[in-house]
Amino acid sequence: MKFVDKKNNWQSASGKSEKFSGHNRLAYLYVAPALLIMSFVVLYPFIYNFVISFSNMNLAHFRDWSLKGLHNYLLVLSEKSFWYFLYKTILWTVINLVFHVTIGVYLALILNKDIRGKTIYRTLLILPWAVPQYITALTWRGMFNSEYGAVNLMLERFLGVQYPWLSTEWGAFSACLIANIWLGFPFMMIIALGGLQSIPDELYEAADIDGASPWHKFRNITVPLLKPVMVPAITLGVIWTFNNFNVVWLVSNGGEPSDKTHILVSWVYKSAFTYFRMGYAAAFSMIIFAILFIFGWKFIKSTRVTENVYG
Amino acid sequence: MTRNPRSLTFKGKIGAHAVLLAFTLFSIYPVLQVISISLRPGDRLLSRSLAIIPENANLHSYYQLFFEEPFLRWMVNSIIISFFVTIVGVSLAATAGYAFSRYRFRGRNASLLGIITTQMFPVTMLLLPLFIMLIKLGLYDSYLGLIIAYSATALPFTIWQMKGYYDTIPYSLEEAAFIDGASPLYAFYRIILPLAVPALAITALFSFMAAWSEYLVAAVLIQDRQLFTLPLGLKLFQSNMEVAWGLYSAGAVIVSIPVVLLFIFLSRWLISGLTLGSVKG
Repeated sequence: MKFVDKKNNWQSASGKSEKFSGHNRLAYLYVAPALLIMSFVVLYPFIYNFVISFSNMNLAHFRDWSLKGLHNYLLVLSEKSFWYFLYKTILWTVINLVFHVTIGVYLALILNKDIRGKTIYRTLLILPWAVPQYITALTWRGMFNSEYGAVNLMLERFLGVQYPWLSTEWGAFSACLIANIWLGFPFMMIIALGGLQSIPDELYEAADIDGASPWHKFRNITVPLLKPVMVPAITLGVIWTFNNFNVVWLVSNGGEPSDKTHILVSWVYKSAFTYFRMGYAAAFSMIIFAILFIFGWKFIKSTRVTENVYG
Repeated sequence: MTRNPRSLTFKGKIGAHAVLLAFTLFSIYPVLQVISISLRPGDRLLSRSLAIIPENANLHSYYQLFFEEPFLRWMVNSIIISFFVTIVGVSLAATAGYAFSRYRFRGRNASLLGIITTQMFPVTMLLLPLFIMLIKLGLYDSYLGLIIAYSATALPFTIWQMKGYYDTIPYSLEEAAFIDGASPLYAFYRIILPLAVPALAITALFSFMAAWSEYLVAAVLIQDRQLFTLPLGLKLFQSNMEVAWGLYSAGAVIVSIPVVLLFIFLSRWLISGLTLGSVKG
């Protein structure tokens, strides 16, 4: 029997909870240090950011800033560059996630079979995840170098063509994409592998007896049972990719060519730390947050993730 | 007759190996590329050769890195910072995750949702205020600032992942301990914590990586070259007018080795730890 012992705030499987009075205080003691440090680094800056997003703070008005109402928000939303980079960010997120999930699940399906050398393959395949992200980005930037980079050398050797990766707008965008697809698929692969391992073999055996085709088994057993594991991972993936500053910034060397290779975060970073338009950047950050918040909220509501598995 | 659903036909096996080989090649090629450049002799750094083991391979770049560049200094900085972040991160996530898993208290759901929400903050939202605050307080350029910032950035993910793991440990274990007269603290430290080692290992790994591999926060908060961390130092090799490919590559190899080894060593726990923890929530 499961029930929540409201009086003692202890969720008990058996209901014998007479020993747990005073637990509430202990619980606060456990969470306090973590929440304290997060308030200092996350909550306080968040409020500060919220306030200056309504101000005219910039290099000329660093100390004597004053509140200007919604001015910055209107400015951001009326600029063409915002909508253009929003479009690029969505494109960036969707393409990345499609590749991450397809490659990840596909490899997990294969690794879940009886295959010789499974462990070696798995180890080598998670390598991109293990390498620090900034090294991945800087290394791919080197590989996309038009004259000495490995990518063009190979294209030239095997196909006889060259492509100006880093000097054209969509070339640089594709370079960022390839680097990020490289580093992102192992996460999805590991999650999918975990999900697949929890699907009992009997289900497939029963389907075989009924004469189901491989496609049917995938559609009707694998997909629905993988979904509860993959949906949260994909949501997290969307949020991380949407805000993935490192790869875009480092592969394109801060938005080259001529500030065209940006997603929303890297563009805000540039306004804040290269042009020192702080009020503007703060409002811009709030807008990015709002977009993700609406997306995330829908997800949280639909899955009730704060519930305990025993709850 | 049914066959084992995990076994493959002969043709299937060949296909599977072909796909796995192709993707393995894709995964390891950039890594090999860096190693290869780090071994090139100084006059061949800008070679157009695709050979993995370069002609006249030598360790000159590594020698330069350690004896002619402040690489050791950066490494010491990164080790100190990562060490403290790991300790702080593991102890805070282990306790907070436990409270979120076992207790019902006022503010619990709000805190859990708040923690997820922090993942949606664009990095500038925190950096810009931190930057302004530190300038105004004159607290620029310090280890402490970085340690606090990194500990906090890793926490949301690690708390959730610890909570998820504790959720899979049955309550009956603590209840049995209570019946034997154990205190709640004793039950947590001596019974539950040892069972959560896989999740603790993953938490340690992520806390360590949050500090060891972070570029952006450090770029904004640290100006003094004496205090540079490894990511700042490596970026320096790339941002000079003439890119120091040999130094960069040798540095990248040295920096990646410890995390890659840790990652691979812990990867057997990664599968259960992550899917049970962060995802099933």
